[in-house]
Amino acid sequence: MSTPLAILGIFGDAIDFIFNAREARTGGAEVGGLGEFASLTGKHLLVTVAAVGLASLVALPLGLYLGHKRRGGFLAVSVSNVGRAVPSLVLIALFIAFLGVGFANVALALALLAIPPILTNAYVGVTQVDRDVIDAAVGQGLTDGQVMRQIELPLALPLIFGGLRTSVVNVIATATIAPIAGVVTLGDPIISQSVYGDAGKLAAAIVVALLAVVAEVGLGAAQRAVTPAPLRGTPGATRRGRFFVKTAGKGLSTS
Amino acid sequence: MSGALGSIPLLAQGGEGFVRNRESGSGASCVSDDGVCPAWIVDHFDRYMEPLGRHVLLTVVALAIGFSISFTLALLAHRRRWLIAPVVQLTGILYTIPSLALFFLLLPITGRGFLTAEIALVSYTLLIIFRNVVTGLDGVPSDVVDAARGMGLNDRQVLWRVEIPLALPEIAAGLRIAATTTVGLASLAFFAGAGGLGDPIYADLNFKSNVLVAGGLCVLLAIALDLLVLAVQRLLTPWTRAVPA
Amino acid sequence: MKQRHLRLLLVLALVALAAVGLTACGSDDSKSDSTSTADGASTETTTTASDAGGAIVSNAANGKVTLTIGSKNFTEQKVLGEIYAQALQAAGYTVKKQLNLGDEQTALKTLKQGDIDAYPEYTGTALLSFFGVKTDALPHDPAAAYDEVKADFAKQDLVALPPTPFTSSNEVAVTQATAAKYGLKNISDLAKVADQLTLYGSPECRQRLDCLLGLQKTYGLKFKKFVPVDLSQRSKVLSGGQADVSIVFTTDPQNKRDKFVLLKDDKGMFPPYNSTLVVRKASFDKAGPDLATTIEAVNAKLDAAVVQELNARIDLDKETPEQAAGEYLKQFGFVK
Repeated sequence: MSTPLAILGIFGDAIDFIFNAREARTGGAEVGGLGEFASLTGKHLLVTVAAVGLASLVALPLGLYLGHKRRGGFLAVSVSNVGRAVPSLVLIALFIAFLGVGFANVALALALLAIPPILTNAYVGVTQVDRDVIDAAVGQGLTDGQVMRQIELPLALPLIFGGLRTSVVNVIATATIAPIAGVVTLGDPIISQSVYGDAGKLAAAIVVALLAVVAEVGLGAAQRAVTPAPLRGTPGATRRGRFFVKTAGKGLSTS
Repeated sequence: MSGALGSIPLLAQGGEGFVRNRESGSGASCVSDDGVCPAWIVDHFDRYMEPLGRHVLLTVVALAIGFSISFTLALLAHRRRWLIAPVVQLTGILYTIPSLALFFLLLPITGRGFLTAEIALVSYTLLIIFRNVVTGLDGVPSDVVDAARGMGLNDRQVLWRVEIPLALPEIAAGLRIAATTTVGLASLAFFAGAGGLGDPIYADLNFKSNVLVAGGLCVLLAIALDLLVLAVQRLLTPWTRAVPA
Repeated sequence: MKQRHLRLLLVLALVALAAVGLTACGSDDSKSDSTSTADGASTETTTTASDAGGAIVSNAANGKVTLTIGSKNFTEQKVLGEIYAQALQAAGYTVKKQLNLGDEQTALKTLKQGDIDAYPEYTGTALLSFFGVKTDALPHDPAAAYDEVKADFAKQDLVALPPTPFTSSNEVAVTQATAAKYGLKNISDLAKVADQLTLYGSPECRQRLDCLLGLQKTYGLKFKKFVPVDLSQRSKVLSGGQADVSIVFTTDPQNKRDKFVLLKDDKGMFPPYNSTLVVRKASFDKAGPDLATTIEAVNAKLDAAVVQELNARIDLDKETPEQAAGEYLKQFGFVK
């Protein structure tokens, strides 16, 4: 362990673990190091993308359609409310109990977790589009499909991205328990602490946290990029502006 | 092979009537098959009461502390707008850190137990509540505030008699989201040795009755808290009741 | 309107729940610890098995000593922790419990920090995980393993009390059908067929010398695939047909119920895994002689069959560890 890191104590040791492989606590194997963390992170992201992709496939069209018809608001909102209350652990546990283990099952379980924010945000995004704008568009002879594609979808994009962002962050967090269901993600050093030791467990916790923060910030930037300029504003400068977008972006404005 | 190791009897002797017979046909009961067994659930409901109580405690304490912190911050930021951005960014990062990771990041510092779990749970409520309080206060129409000032109310009176009451629905909405989220997250608190309904869930993941009851209690608790906050809000803001939810 | 109905229903459900909760708490307060049903209902005249060293005698002097008993986070550990906690309570000690500590590293750290005074650990686990003993240097005699563990713990100011008769090793298990199909008796018989077989084990198994890593290194086995699953799935994946081979524990009740074939460790890869209660030196001195005497007494009856039964009562019959431990102590006459 290099000296500057040693000052940080166990956290320094954990950072060292990410970069340099060492012998497992239980002996006989090399653990840690960039190579292993790269592959664990890769698997973590793969299962995340699969889950969010799957969830988007279901939730986006449904949310856009319900929003367009201005129907099923109760469904969209209560799905998201109950979704928050179901502990992710229970969800994974139920999946193991009823369906079994493996990549597909884990991706499916995580997708269920990812659906509510995407669904709610797509729905709310579309319903927030100004009625007058749509009436004007219809008056100009746009068909239903054209209204959805050319008016509602672009205007709802910021909120849709907000929903995706929430889902991605949630799924990254929950994919940590995937190793108990046959998928070796960054949760492995946390769960198999007897092999990886304290340093490995902490190292994995740090990487998962970083991954989530990077996803949050990155998708936040993407959300800003797709937000029409007049709606952006600067943080804190106006009474609404970005702040309002962000609030809705997290799907937080219920009631 | 060394005799002592090789000769361990697997089932044989010992027991002296202690070993129950599970081999006969009757063995395949709902319970030993890990099924969903209503009778078992009714008979054993009491064993979930202690974890449930603990879960309630974890959640309520986290909400109370989280609300105090973020409400204070929001009141400060309401007048000093520059505070909003840094507070949102900081609590946003806290909100983003996965709970399981946060528990383990805290363990070397605060050790196992209630405190560690509470720090994590509280940190997740901050962003949600702060944001809703600020948005709620911002949503108060400025002519209402002006009218209040015109009637001679000072800043403090305007805040407590006009702005906060009018922001209550939004504040309550934030509290409701924080409540359901915290109930869910508290089911991971047992990783930090703080108990809660995660304890029985994880103790027997195979037993469907067990997972269903403990998980179901989580959901019911979330709904109960949600309705409780809603009810209090309706009581405090009678003028919103005429408007359909 | 519909929403109103739903809400009303929910409120009713909650009220019912709360009522059940209250009554449950009420009965808890009365602390009817020996929830004696049919079997113990008769008066206290009959002592079940007084031949087993007799009942534990309560020593009032022990009351001022508080002992916190810990355990790791799986069934067998919890029931052992309960047995020790209840036995020490019977001996007059003031006892607290922390029976869900996580894995062995967490348990050991908690012990060293003084948050607990004792927890049961397996000799083999201690050798491999704590003391870095390499597989080829592992002792195969339970007594030798205990002596080595005891000496190593002593260097860290920890006292390892004499071990249990039972050993709870990792085992390589297959179904009867698989064993018959490939003619499997010993682990080394897997060599020629392993590449057609899927192995299931806990996530940590992959890199442990007393698990997949050891099977690869000591036996040269190359499985078609290794699937990590939660420890609790180890029997289910085998009986359910997903796994061809699964790593189970010697004392798992499912081994017996589902008639698994446990392959013989013909190259001596697994060390003995007898359980020893590890106590902090300071607590050991403070507690006086009744501590060791009590533990040795209750350990005496913990053979493989009894421990398998205790696990069965929890994993299959869904009793709590507390209940099962109480029944054990009662059945063998340690408490009345």
